[in-house]
Amino acid sequence: MSGAKLRVEHLTAYYGDHPGVKDISLEFPDRMVTAIIGPSGCGKSTFIRCLNRMHETAPRTRVEGKVLLDGEDIYQEDPVRIRRRIGMVFQKPNPFVTMSIYNNVSVALRFNGHHPRDYVDAAVLRSLQQAALWEEVKDRIDSPATSLSGGQQQRLCIARALAASPEVLLMDEPCSALDPIATAKIEDLVGHLKDDYTVVIVTHNLQQAARVADYTAFFYLGGLVEYGPTEDLFERPKEHLTESYITGRFG
Amino acid sequence: MDPSTPSPPSSPGPSSDSRKVSRWPDRIFFVVVTIVGLGILAMAFAIVGILANSSRESFRVFGWGFLYGTIWDPNKQIFGVIPFVVGTLLTSGIALLIALPLALGSAIFITTQAPRYLRGPVGTAIELLAAVPSVIYGFWGLFVIVPYMRTTVDPFLRTWFGFTGLFTGPAYGFGVLTASVVLAVMIVPTICAVSRDSLLAVPVAQQEAAVSLGATNWETTRTAMLPYARSGIVGGTILGLGRALGETMAVTMVIGNVDRIPTSLFSPGQTIASLIANELLSSTGPLQTSAILECGLVLLGISLGVNVAARLLVWRITKSAGAIVT
Repeated sequence: MSGAKLRVEHLTAYYGDHPGVKDISLEFPDRMVTAIIGPSGCGKSTFIRCLNRMHETAPRTRVEGKVLLDGEDIYQEDPVRIRRRIGMVFQKPNPFVTMSIYNNVSVALRFNGHHPRDYVDAAVLRSLQQAALWEEVKDRIDSPATSLSGGQQQRLCIARALAASPEVLLMDEPCSALDPIATAKIEDLVGHLKDDYTVVIVTHNLQQAARVADYTAFFYLGGLVEYGPTEDLFERPKEHLTESYITGRFG
Repeated sequence: MDPSTPSPPSSPGPSSDSRKVSRWPDRIFFVVVTIVGLGILAMAFAIVGILANSSRESFRVFGWGFLYGTIWDPNKQIFGVIPFVVGTLLTSGIALLIALPLALGSAIFITTQAPRYLRGPVGTAIELLAAVPSVIYGFWGLFVIVPYMRTTVDPFLRTWFGFTGLFTGPAYGFGVLTASVVLAVMIVPTICAVSRDSLLAVPVAQQEAAVSLGATNWETTRTAMLPYARSGIVGGTILGLGRALGETMAVTMVIGNVDRIPTSLFSPGQTIASLIANELLSSTGPLQTSAILECGLVLLGISLGVNVAARLLVWRITKSAGAIVT
């Protein structure tokens, strides 16, 4: 295992008085894909939203514990700065509906300060290429983002996240609203993204985790049950609960 | 017939008799709704018709000249609408300039910045302000705003902005600027309430998209919320402008009621609505009455024009973005 990019220590996240996830400790290795699996309601989305401080934007929420990015606790930093270093892709594609394809990507750069036009152009091109969307949109870059299909919109959201040049990319069930072909494209893309980014992907699709992830963590009832290299977790699970879940006995 | 294409049953099956439903409720429903709908349409036409009919005398004497006549003099029986068109557009325009930033600012405050326990109460308070009768605003304008303008605001403007030429002449406190201020206060709740509703309707996913990119509060509001809510905000603004254009009581109480084109923002003036309130019942004769009603027709035209322009504006911004219409 290479060094840990992101290290979680005793993280507990509350909704009101109810802990959505309890006492999680976990490491995300640099430039690897880590999948988080588990049945609905096990806290995997809550957990991933703690990694870029999105959890606390909802009313009556609270986080305890540490999340260390390169050794610095993100809960001691300015959340705006942290979110520029840790990007996120959501369950449902959420492009800015009032903006063109181009502006959806360039807006991420505008949040990071003013840049010359040709710099922005280059960054938009690079991000769209990285998200494997450029070929499909290069002739209609100024069309509304809403004119794209669901799968294209999700790749646009990935491009938008990449344009902010994050170090970590969080993906919260990025394929759950997509058809199988669009899903395959995103999975393929995730395989390439790990060359440059540390990727954390939440999925309820076990095959997806097996296909894209180097490491996998299994969550159940708000707790971490098992964590290890994907192959080990799927082929030689240490915990009985993990085995029951991956063999489809519940979930 | 091709056997593969199913033919529709030519007669209802035997079971349909037992399930037959009466068509009467639908017929009654149709007739009632049609009468109500057409009745409202007829009423709108009737209003325009009556106004037009009553203005015949004025139109016969002044023709189209009435629409650009700058003099309104009952002693000489000369009547032109321009002083009141200027008064109406000027007061409403200035009111909008004052009210829009205030209303939008408080709508943004309530939806994004205020502590959660304040959002409900402040929102409700603003909605209550929209329900205050206009005569109360007029009252307040008369006893609070007029003296305050005379002693404090007008001298200040004259000293520092006199060079613009907008703030000249004697400042009695009664006048165009005072009317604009009272109107602004009256339309802030309207614009704010509608803007707040459309900002609240912005999906959380749109806000999270911006927040997760490292947007600050202001950047999130500017890129994710305001553009999404803009058609609602424009709608609320037009609603407020409509209220300002037609507002009668409060304006009549503070504008000074002088039938001349205002020469400065301190000048007393008259809007079409305040003219009707002031002079219709004390008219000097049939020609003046007819002219006053023709002014009413012009006001109707202005309101209609503003609404059509607003529709076009909303239609254009939503079309250019190819986006949802909220």
